[in-house]
Amino acid sequence: MTAVAAASAAYIVAGLLFILSLAGLSKHETAKAGNVFGMAGMAIALVATIGLATRSISGVGTVLLAAAVVIGALVGLWRARRVEMTGMPELIAILHSFVGLAAVLVGWNGYLSVEADAAEQTEVAGNLLGIHSAEVVIGVFIGAVTFTGSIVAFLKLSGRIKSNPLMLPAHNALNLGALVTFVVLTVVFVIEPNLVVLSIVTLIALALGWHLVASIGGGDMPVVVSMLNSYSGWAAAASGFLLGNDLLIITGALVGSSGAYLSYIMCKAMNRSFISVIAGGFGNEGAAAVDKDYGEHTEIGADGVAELLTDARSVVITPGYGMAVAQAQSAVAELTRHLRDRGVDVRFGIHPVAGRLPGHMNVLLAEAKVPYDIVLEMDEINDDLADTDVVLVIGANDTVNPAALEDPGSPIAGMPVLKVWEAGHVVVFKRSMSTGYAGVQNPLFFRDNSRMLFGDARDRVEDIVAALPKPDRKTADPALQH
Amino acid sequence: MIGVPAESRPRETRVAATPTTVTQLVSLGHEVVVETGAGARSSFPDDAYTTAGARIAAAQDAWASDVVLKVNAPSAEEIGLLREGTTLISLLSPALDPDLVDELAQRPITALAMDAVPRISRAQSLDVLSSMANIAGYRAVVEAAHTFGRFFTGQVTAAGKVPPAKVLVAGAGVAGLAAIGAASSLGAIVRATDVRPEVAEQVRSLGGEYVAVPAAEAQVSSDGYAREMGDDFNRRAAEMYAEQVTDVDIVITTALIPGRPAPRLITEEMVASMKPGSVIVDMAAGQGGNVAGSVADELVVTANGVSIIGYTDLAGRLPAQASQLYGTNLVNLLKLLTPGEDGKLVLDFDDVVQRAMTVVRDGEKTWPPPPVQVSAAPTPVAAAAVEPPREKVPPPPSRKFAVVGIAAALLFLITAFSPNELIQHFTVFALAVVVGYYVIGHVHHALHTPLMSVTNAISGIIVVGALLQIGHDDPVVTALAFVAILVASINVFGGFAVTRRMLAMFTRGPAR
Repeated sequence: MTAVAAASAAYIVAGLLFILSLAGLSKHETAKAGNVFGMAGMAIALVATIGLATRSISGVGTVLLAAAVVIGALVGLWRARRVEMTGMPELIAILHSFVGLAAVLVGWNGYLSVEADAAEQTEVAGNLLGIHSAEVVIGVFIGAVTFTGSIVAFLKLSGRIKSNPLMLPAHNALNLGALVTFVVLTVVFVIEPNLVVLSIVTLIALALGWHLVASIGGGDMPVVVSMLNSYSGWAAAASGFLLGNDLLIITGALVGSSGAYLSYIMCKAMNRSFISVIAGGFGNEGAAAVDKDYGEHTEIGADGVAELLTDARSVVITPGYGMAVAQAQSAVAELTRHLRDRGVDVRFGIHPVAGRLPGHMNVLLAEAKVPYDIVLEMDEINDDLADTDVVLVIGANDTVNPAALEDPGSPIAGMPVLKVWEAGHVVVFKRSMSTGYAGVQNPLFFRDNSRMLFGDARDRVEDIVAALPKPDRKTADPALQH
Repeated sequence: MIGVPAESRPRETRVAATPTTVTQLVSLGHEVVVETGAGARSSFPDDAYTTAGARIAAAQDAWASDVVLKVNAPSAEEIGLLREGTTLISLLSPALDPDLVDELAQRPITALAMDAVPRISRAQSLDVLSSMANIAGYRAVVEAAHTFGRFFTGQVTAAGKVPPAKVLVAGAGVAGLAAIGAASSLGAIVRATDVRPEVAEQVRSLGGEYVAVPAAEAQVSSDGYAREMGDDFNRRAAEMYAEQVTDVDIVITTALIPGRPAPRLITEEMVASMKPGSVIVDMAAGQGGNVAGSVADELVVTANGVSIIGYTDLAGRLPAQASQLYGTNLVNLLKLLTPGEDGKLVLDFDDVVQRAMTVVRDGEKTWPPPPVQVSAAPTPVAAAAVEPPREKVPPPPSRKFAVVGIAAALLFLITAFSPNELIQHFTVFALAVVVGYYVIGHVHHALHTPLMSVTNAISGIIVVGALLQIGHDDPVVTALAFVAILVASINVFGGFAVTRRMLAMFTRGPAR
């Protein structure tokens, strides 16, 4: 058994473990095991590769290698420990950008160590050299798009730049032009590999990635993040082709196709075309909302909501991004506990694109110790809403907009939404009467059974908890009453 | 000055103003005079009116006011008590009682009929018929429950199983809907029927089941009220009623057509076919009755033991509630009539609501008013103008096959002309893509975020590529590889750690 054969065997085992890991992650019961499988696979792959690499390199190389891994591990663990659950979308976006960056660097190294190095060219024979060059360009291209795209997504999610879609004239033509230029340059590079062409491709890809995500509105970020996840997988797969490494190919393809499928689920939930998402520049049609008179909204105070909740038998809470912004999840969980103690049937209805990341709300509610069996998906709860006494809409807007179903002219027409307006009472927690991310006015606010509760969601929920009548204390010491 | 006389009609328990509404009238700038003992039967003592700001006076004083608020139409003597220029506001049923309108028109007074409010959204707050029908519908169920010898709700008890009562409500207007709501909240199985199919949804919203007349012609109501139907329809409806009455325990009929005698829905044979102990409440008994054998204001028990309740004062049997709602309707009208809140009455004939209600103005007969088209009717023109959203036509299967075929051919060509080594990689790649797609096919929605962070950590596998490059002689390559290893490691360790943290938070709730 040679070292190379041992490494290959280890790679196959690692690849299978990754498949088990993804499969495990699709169910609550097996999710933790899935994560362990993933870690095991990664450990095996790393040990095998380091074993392979250290056979041939100098002492300095080994030190550098160890230093890079250790520093990276420390930074990664530190971030993972410190991140707030509400900041999860940003973290994942920036991690995607790292994969993109690594892919670009690996691609450049591929060029530097083969095409640019006459001594090495003997290793790669004849027509294989052309294929190698093509792989370099493609790998660098995908990596660079992922890199800048993820950075823009990170900046938008963390509020460092405005999340409004960037509207360049003829942005579709720009994207298409970039792709055509890329194809032409790939051909040029295959025929005559040189540093200038590779640099130009890198720059074009960086610009394209930036533009793709910059032209997507903040409300569509869940799709963008899962799309970038997919891109980062394809970038890894491209590097695998470049290096002739099956483990990279398997893993990259796994991540790429599962990410693409995840984005596809998201798209269906938002009634968007999958193609227009991959191409970028979607989600910017909400600008032209017509000013229409919807009537007047009715306000309610925290006391009023507490009274409604006291009389209710069933309550559904539909949180949105606003709950994450206000960090209201613990207060909401507290309210849930109070109501459940009183025998009220409390459930959560989660829209597939609520928040800025797929499953964002579930993670927040889990952090606040809301049991996951009362947290339901839109499809599971939509039919029950008509029999629900009170719905609390906390920081959600477009995902509960009746215009999506009732107004064919609405920019969000056809998007499946939570039919909260069918419930007995709807209480909408909102900071003000401004529109949601889609820029569409929400007729829900003006319905007869809707009440608006203005202010910071966390403060308001805490007010409600305080205003709830205290449960009877039968265990109180009778001696104190005399 | 507003006068509130006591009601003179026997069995009338209501009063046109309560202490609460008096306060509101006073705030509109009016002075209010209430006849001694006017509110007694609605449990509003004179003291309460005084506290609210009214003056208690004799009948003559109340009748001699500028505005007289009444529940029932005045008798001939009472009309004689009215001063010149007085405005009388009460129920007048001008369509059913034209003589009364003529009699009022002989005197220089103004008369507004509370039961002539047009059915438009803006006038809902004045609509006495709705507010009274609501009370009457509720009371009809209470009367039926009182007479019916069984529970409404089904129960399983140690003493045996109790079946739920079955209630049929004929006519799903305001009274019908109120009856449906009250009966279903008592636990009965409620069915309801109406000539207007558009009410089916309202029936269901209150917990009732809508029974349609089979193959019925649709009646689209343009004024919000039901109309008389054709012969064919009536025959089919009769068949439906004949079938239903044998099954149900309680029938509540509310069918009324404005200005006409009530339609006969339940015939003698139908009553005879009902189970002994069944109860029928005929809410239209005062207008001729929906049920054969019903007698206004009486409870009749038929030979086969079916009780037919014909009370016409169902609303008045909840006197305090009825007075309160009627009084509030009057306050809302007076808000409309005293825009200045200065106690001065202004009658605006350009306002369709005020125009429709006024039957006599300064001794001049203004009945019937021009017809009012109400907002309750659907507008078919507007509906047709909306372009139906374009449906996406799914591509025909032949095209799908063609696309798959071309893709397969392309893949074949690419791989066939590739060197051997690349083919191997392609095979692995293609299979991994398919595996990736299927392996997360049924991912639970709540796990999207952990899944994403794990795939993210896994895609940090690119570190392997960088590891293999770091030993290169070229210092540039080594430097780049160093950076690549560093960032990819952040990914690997950070991704797995954060997933672990997230998964630890997902907990199932305690068993309940």
